[in-house]
Parts: sequence; structure tokens; C-alpha cells
Amino acid sequence: MYEFFFVLIPRYFPFLLEGAIVTLELSFLSMALGLVLGLAVALGRLSGRKWLEWPLAAYVEIWRDVPLIVQLLVIYFTLPSIGLFLPAFWAGVLGLALNLAAYLSEVFRAAILSIDPGQRAAGLSIGMSGFMIHRRIILPQALRIAVPTIGGYFIALLKDSSLVSFISVNELLRNGTIVISNTFKSMEVYMMVAIIYFVMSFVAARLVQHVEQRLTPRHLRRGRRSQRALASQPAVMP
Amino acid sequence: MILQTQPEPLLQVRALHKSFGAHDVLKGVDLTVRPGEVSFVIGPSGGGKSTLIRCINFLETPSAGEIMFDGRHLCREEGNVFHVAPERELRAARSEMPMVFQHFNLFSHRTVIENVIEGPVMVKRRRRDEAIADAERLLAEVGLADKADRYPDELSGGQKQRVAIARALAMQPKLILFDEPTSALDPELVAGILDTIRALAERGMTLVVVSHEMGFARRLADVVHFIADGAIVESGPPQRIFDAPENPRLAAFIRSILH
Ligand SMILES: Nc1ncnc2c1ncn2[C@@H]1O[C@H](COP(=O)(O)OP(=O)(O)OP(=O)(O)O)[C@@H](O)[C@H]1O
Ligand SMILES: [Mg+2]
Repeated sequence: MYEFFFVLIPRYFPFLLEGAIVTLELSFLSMALGLVLGLAVALGRLSGRKWLEWPLAAYVEIWRDVPLIVQLLVIYFTLPSIGLFLPAFWAGVLGLALNLAAYLSEVFRAAILSIDPGQRAAGLSIGMSGFMIHRRIILPQALRIAVPTIGGYFIALLKDSSLVSFISVNELLRNGTIVISNTFKSMEVYMMVAIIYFVMSFVAARLVQHVEQRLTPRHLRRGRRSQRALASQPAVMP
Repeated sequence: MILQTQPEPLLQVRALHKSFGAHDVLKGVDLTVRPGEVSFVIGPSGGGKSTLIRCINFLETPSAGEIMFDGRHLCREEGNVFHVAPERELRAARSEMPMVFQHFNLFSHRTVIENVIEGPVMVKRRRRDEAIADAERLLAEVGLADKADRYPDELSGGQKQRVAIARALAMQPKLILFDEPTSALDPELVAGILDTIRALAERGMTLVVVSHEMGFARRLADVVHFIADGAIVESGPPQRIFDAPENPRLAAFIRSILH
């Protein structure tokens, strides 16, 4: 029987946590950048300007058709050759964000297109400008629609960010690998790493749910209403 | 000699053309609307009624012709060149002739009162509290005082359309455009909206109404325009249009509606 080395846990846990914090930093930063870029790309593709539309469409297509790990390696190893020396961490953020933006732009585009064009017509017909209609009418509704999907991408990102360990960013997985090379206890360390990823994703998923609830206008909170309805329902008579 | 004391037209459309690609939808429409007048636009499906009032409000950009609203040109021909007024002037004009749509087109993430104050606050830069006070008065007028904080999803079709009317009225418009305001409503809700529109007419509001409600048109209209195949075929007071149509297409249309 294999004996589990529990002593490893207290000794290396802080080091793994440091990695987890870098994982969170990577995820939040690339999410923020990815959201901004993704929205910009979506708006550009819907702008009706051909010279903007096709390069953006090409970007989305290319970035979705190349594996993330390859994108990260390309960015990390080509940026210096064009004179841009980004630290590995920032190359990781940029790589993750560019990849995420390609996907999020499609999420935003679909959400924007799902808003009934009649609302745009109504805004125009009372004299609102196109910009005002976007800001006040279309985007608030589109964002609300996009939030669950964006949340899903964020949770995926927490895990996919482990790929930047390949470009030597000391995030959770890479710190785990370092511990293993010192202790040769792959099983224990990978399990600790797995548990930390699980906890982060689990908490993130609950947060996303919470945000989703908050953004739902009160009359549409079906869950709550039906729960209340159920609670006040009389017990069924035999 | 008798002096005509007709007031200046509020809206004057001349030789208006609109094509979508190779498809000519409006082929030279002339239309005059005087202040306080109630004009109905009737005609067969696909004849260009919606396109016409969407062009008047510049939701669609006309291809050629002239639209003059309240003394200002929204578009005109000069020589052989078609000029469109700058976007800012178009927006100003739109805000004075809002449109009420067949499918209501309320802002679904906004409550009833927020729908009504959006234009006054964002376009006319009114103070929010004043806009709210006005909106409450308008909602009471259309019988929705108790629905101010509801969302559109929580209203019946008739209630939604009355919110849309209040939203238009909140712009303190010179003219309101209606595109089949009752066509998407359950039959029992139609009368309520027609009453609301009649009340506007009786207060002297200038209205341009696209409608299939012929009985309503007959009772309320000052002028009825029959449009078919992208042109106004016949115009006149409702009695003449409905009881003594001259144009054979109009006569056939009236017969088809009545049977
Ligand atoms: N955006 C558009 N692009 C292309 N064709 C259009 C567009 N809008 C309208 N048309 C065409 O223009 C013609 C007139 O349409 P319009 O909607 O103005 O008719 P209508 O008189 O309002 O009919 P209805 O009574 O069915 O509402 C139709 O043949 C329609 O297919
Ligand atoms: Mg129509």
C-alpha cells in the first residue's frame, strides 16, 4: 500500500497558495481585458463598417481555431522579436485576454442581436442618438443576457490559466510542478493542486450565480417567486 | 373672392421616393398634414404605409423627394442632388413627432415610468423629478396610474400600447405617428386604445394613423389617404373615400374590407 505523505501538506501549502493567488490575478486581469476587447470587437463587427468588420471577423476566426497553448507560446516567443519585452506574467495575461476576447465578442454579438430591433426604432423615434440607445437600451439588456455565459467563461479561465505554466509563469500548476521536482510526491501535490482549483472554481460559480440573481429584474426572478409560491401552498390533502 | 385661411402645413411631403435595393417601395408620395388634423393612411398590405411613416420619422432614409416638418426641411432636392438634414436636426424633429408602433416596442428592462421619462430626461434634458411628475400625470390620463413601477412584461398588450402612447406624449410632440396601433391586440383590447387615440384627437393633437380599423377612420379622420403600390391613389374626407370612392382600386379595397 502506498503511504500518503500528509506532512507535505503544511510544508508546501503556502507555496501552492502563492501560485493560486497568481492564478487569480491572471484570471481577473485577463477577464477584465478580455471583456473590454470582446465588447469592442462585437461593437466593431456590428458597426456596419466593412473595413472594420472583416479584420475583426478574421481575428475572431483565427483565435478560435488555434489552440490556446500555441497562442501563448507564439505570443511569448514572438513579442521579443518585435522588440516588445513583456514579463511572462503579462504575456500570459495578454494571451489569455486575446483568446477570451475572441470568444466573448461572439457572446456579446449574439446578446446584442437578440435585443428586438423595435426597441432601437423606439429610441430613435423619440430622438435618442445611436450612442445613447446603445448605452441606455441595448447594452444593459445584452449584458444581462450575456452574464451567465461570461461567468462560465470566467470559471473555464480559472482552469485554462494553468496553461501559462508552459511559459514559466509561477501560477498554481507550475508551483505544484516545482514542489514535485523537489519532493517527487506527484500524487499528493497534484491532489492538493486539484483541490485548490476545485475550491476556486466552486466559489467562482457561486459568485456568478449571485451576480446573475442580482441582475435579474425582480419580476423575472422565477426561482424565488416559485419558491415562495411553493412555500405558501397548502399541503395536498390525501 | 374668398380668402383661404388654411393654416400652414405642419408636415409637407413631396415626391417622396424610397427603394430598398432595386425594389421601389415609395414612388413619389405627396402628403400634407395641417396642425390639429387627423390623417389616416389606409391601403393593402405591402403598399408602403409603414415605409411612408418610417420615412417621415426618418427611421428609414428616403431615396429622393422632400419632407418639410414644422418649417424645416428634413430632406430635399436641390438641382438633382438629394440633401438630408444633419443628424442633430433629424433627431430634434423626431423628438417632436414620435411614433407608436404595432408591437409597442417598450424598453423591456425599464419600468413603465422609466419608459415614459427616458425621452424627456435623455433627449429634452428635463429634470428627472419634473419628468416623473409629468409622466405620472400622463399615465393617469391613459389609465395606468397604478402601473408606474411595473415592467412591460407584466402588462397586457393594451396596457403596453397605452404606455407607448404616454411615452410619445411625454415628448410634448407636435405630431404623433401611429403604425397600426391596434393590429397586435386582442379584439377586446382594441376599443380601449381607439378611445385613447380619440381623446388625443379631441384635444387637438395632430395625428397620422396607419390603420385597418375602417370604422374608426370613418368616425375620427379629417382626411383619409389611400396608398397602394407605393403611391397615394386617392385622398379625401372619410365620407367620400368610404362611400363614394372614385378610383377603382380604392373601391375594390373598400369592398374587400367590408366583406
Ligand atoms: N427594410 C426593408 N427591406 C426591404 N424591403 C422592405 C423593407 N421594408 C419594407 N420593405 C418592402 O416594402 C414594401 C412595403 O412594405 P410596408 O411595410 O411599407 O407595407 P405596409 O403597407 O405597411 O404593409 P402592411 O399592411 O402589411 O403593414 C413591401 O413589399 C416590403 O416587402
Ligand atoms: Mg405596415
